[in-house]
Amino acid sequence: MTGQGRLVAWGIGLAALITLPFVYRDPYHLHILVLILIWSFAYTSWSMMGRFGLVSLGHGGFMGIGAYVTALLWNHLGVSPWIGIPVSMVAAGMLALIVGYPCFRFRITGHYFVLVTLALSGIVLQVITATRDYTGGSLGYTPNRAPGNKLLALQFDDKTTWYLIALAVWLGGIVVWHLVDRSMSRYALEAISEDEDAAAAAGVNVTAEKLKITLISAVMTALAGAIYCQYQMFITPDTVSGIAVSLQMVFAAIVGGLFVSLGPTVGAVITILLAETLRIGFGTKAVGWDNLVYGVLLVLFIIFLPKGILGSVLDRLKPQRKVPRAHEQKAVQIARPGT
Amino acid sequence: MQAFLDIFDIYLLEAVINGILLGGVLALLALGLNLIFGVIDVTWICYAELVMIGMYAMYFMVQYYGISYFIAAPLTILLVAMLGALLHYLVIAPLLTAPPINQLLATGGVLFVLQSFATVAFGIDFRNLGIRLPVLAFGDMNFSYARLLSFLAALVGMVAVYLFMTRTFTGTAIRAISQDRQIMALMGVDTKRIYLITSAIGGGLAGLAACLLVLQYDVHPFVGLSFGPITFLICVLGGLGNFIGGFIAAFVFAEIISLGGLFSDLEWGYVLAFAFFIVMMFIRPAGLLARRR
Repeated sequence: MTGQGRLVAWGIGLAALITLPFVYRDPYHLHILVLILIWSFAYTSWSMMGRFGLVSLGHGGFMGIGAYVTALLWNHLGVSPWIGIPVSMVAAGMLALIVGYPCFRFRITGHYFVLVTLALSGIVLQVITATRDYTGGSLGYTPNRAPGNKLLALQFDDKTTWYLIALAVWLGGIVVWHLVDRSMSRYALEAISEDEDAAAAAGVNVTAEKLKITLISAVMTALAGAIYCQYQMFITPDTVSGIAVSLQMVFAAIVGGLFVSLGPTVGAVITILLAETLRIGFGTKAVGWDNLVYGVLLVLFIIFLPKGILGSVLDRLKPQRKVPRAHEQKAVQIARPGT
Repeated sequence: MQAFLDIFDIYLLEAVINGILLGGVLALLALGLNLIFGVIDVTWICYAELVMIGMYAMYFMVQYYGISYFIAAPLTILLVAMLGALLHYLVIAPLLTAPPINQLLATGGVLFVLQSFATVAFGIDFRNLGIRLPVLAFGDMNFSYARLLSFLAALVGMVAVYLFMTRTFTGTAIRAISQDRQIMALMGVDTKRIYLITSAIGGGLAGLAACLLVLQYDVHPFVGLSFGPITFLICVLGGLGNFIGGFIAAFVFAEIISLGGLFSDLEWGYVLAFAFFIVMMFIRPAGLLARRR
């Protein structure tokens, strides 16, 4: 597809998405769409790092911070989410820097990086549970209903409004993806993901580049958490933070395809539709079945289709590029300590 | 004031000793994970879930079929060892040439599978073995026999693995492979077979841990999440694949959790342990015992 054709396709697609809630008003389907958009945004945020071999299992932590900081500021201090969300994003960004800097400075990569970030989401989950006097612990937490101005409290009963908000946020995520995709940082990070030493020797500031992308990814994930909290008006530590959420992000991104901008979105569509279908088809008997299917799919995808559904389909459509770049060919390449 | 201090010290001592007892089981878990990492260069994210399956196996054998604990335990160890080998055969072996991170994520998928399999098959109820071991009173301190027994059994398990690794031909081959993966194949060692054996041993250790943990904790499908992350942190803190480092780190962590739990809630003990871990990553990024590069 030429550049202009692609732009037209995006325009038509967007116009269709924007007009959709005004034409079609079924609340249940709109609800599913909003969820898909919010989670797509979260998965896209994860893939910003993941595509460069920075596999993080700490994003559950960032999402939890986004959701809980916003809700706590609103309930306890009466700070509007319009201020609370940026504050929570800054908090997640700070945490990302605190954990990310030593990781990148001391060359913690591969397994080590995954496990350190795993610790991060573990900490956030445990802190939320431990401070149960404020956060409600594992029973969950509900932001107070706004008495007056709904707009100030960012609480809307109307699905259409939420749909448009989620769409805007999701679109923002895609735009950031493309900005990164066309920046110099992308080449730097691709070089880093293939060989850190060689990249450093070629003049890439490895620590700074990795920190930059981590910061972007963490801040976006926190935003996703905050939006999710404002939309659902109920959060529990297990739905917005912890290892399960982190793994869910990884799973959706890989199924959709992490190297293409719409891959995580495709992943979100597939996972959420799968979960909903199972839930409707089997009712309460379906508890656990969706994760069972997820797990099997995840294993199968990693073995047979590491580029994800969308990534593989796009590859089929583009036979002219005979030699894919090495880092895409091997999915995620990571420099191992000691090699 | 003096009386207060006396009581305080007794509690402190009790917490320290309980920490050591907890450390034994954690060290056992870390050993299994380290073994697999050291030899096959794979992190089984689903390791704690294997333990969970083992705990369920113990529960059903002892509670439903009335098999004695001491007969059920070897069966469970065997079962989980087979599961470990199966995991390697089905999931890891096809991915051996893939980047390491893909192997890790694939075992993450297995984590989902095992967890939801347990949810679907056994429900989300908390179950326990119904064996109540007496409490050992020593001075003013109380220790549960279950913990003492676990500690001893964990030590025996670790010594057995140590002897296997140093005294047998297969053990020597395993250690050799962990030093150089490529060369050993040229030396006529069947790496595939060694990998399978290692996975089975790793699974067996998870099975042993399951037999011990089921004495102390209730089983439910998400029980793995309560000690899985800690196990990974211990391995990283000790240096992945470093057996002695993992052993020491297990006790350090157990003490932090135990003492943190003494002064505040148990969760804060975990938070402290996690925070300690991240601080240690600044100071010794390659593990406690790593040589400076």
